[in-house]
Amino acid sequence: MTDVQAGTTEVSARRRPEVVPVRGLPVVAAVVAFVVVSIAGNWLWALTFCHVVGGALWTAIDLFVGLIVGPILARLSAPARAEFAARFMPAMVLLMPTLVLMTLAAGFQLALLEGNLAPGNPNHSWLIASYCVVGVMAVIALGVLEPANITVLVEMRKEHPDGAVIALLMRRFVYTAGITGVMQAATLIIMTRVATQ
Amino acid sequence: MSGRRFPPVAALTVGSLALIVVGGILMASYVPRRPPLGAPTALAAVSAALALASVFLLARLEQFAWDRFFVVFRWGLLAYVVSAGMIGFAFVRDHIRGAPLALVLAMLVIYALDVPVVIAFTVARYSSPPHAAR
Repeated sequence: MTDVQAGTTEVSARRRPEVVPVRGLPVVAAVVAFVVVSIAGNWLWALTFCHVVGGALWTAIDLFVGLIVGPILARLSAPARAEFAARFMPAMVLLMPTLVLMTLAAGFQLALLEGNLAPGNPNHSWLIASYCVVGVMAVIALGVLEPANITVLVEMRKEHPDGAVIALLMRRFVYTAGITGVMQAATLIIMTRVATQ
Repeated sequence: MSGRRFPPVAALTVGSLALIVVGGILMASYVPRRPPLGAPTALAAVSAALALASVFLLARLEQFAWDRFFVVFRWGLLAYVVSAGMIGFAFVRDHIRGAPLALVLAMLVIYALDVPVVIAFTVARYSSPPHAAR
């Protein structure tokens, strides 16, 4: 990464990324509305759908980005990394918070509906463990990963982006994505355990 | 990249967020029973104090990209008010009432402010002088 740490990067005719892809907002609104309706109606199928689909995508994307894309990205040249980030990061700005919201909101309601949160339920302690794993991931994602993601996008929109800033924050993004990816292994163990008790 | 040092706004805000998350986990672990409120209240109070300290340090900053800070903060606030609103809705829907609901709502307010502050601060610090000189 030292090749971009030297200073200002000027790339002629480069792509200026959207910070928030506006075209995706209606999809996000539809997903949020669907989750709200599922919770309001205690709609078992919809809650299960939101939790399983959201959780599967969240876990798979975290693992894939953290353990596969991240290390590859770290070895790319600066222009290639910038080009990739300009297309990849805006999608992540909308996708990940939506998947997390969908998974957690539906999952909590589902656990309540199925009695898994009752103190005597064998799944109760596993669910508390899952809260702890999600809690650590939430602090990392909201406190480090997302600010880095947004800052990279804002930096790339500048007329003369600072390559050193982008390199620093991309490194932070890749490392934190790796940590949350590894933590998803714990989620997989807990959730398969809950589903089979 | 400049070596300009900023006060620990991000660290304090992330600390405040972490305490809210711990308090939220404590409360959620008792659902559907009524949770004891002592520890979550203490965590929320310390979290609020950290958030206020962070805002205090932020307000004292000079030569800071405030325009960029407020643009990002406003959009972040909108997103996280929706997120917090949805969590609050789930608690209301599940018949959480009285002091536990008030505490959850207070924690959600801190959460909905902490995340936009840390995002906006991170963006603005890299748009502030000497970065802004380019």
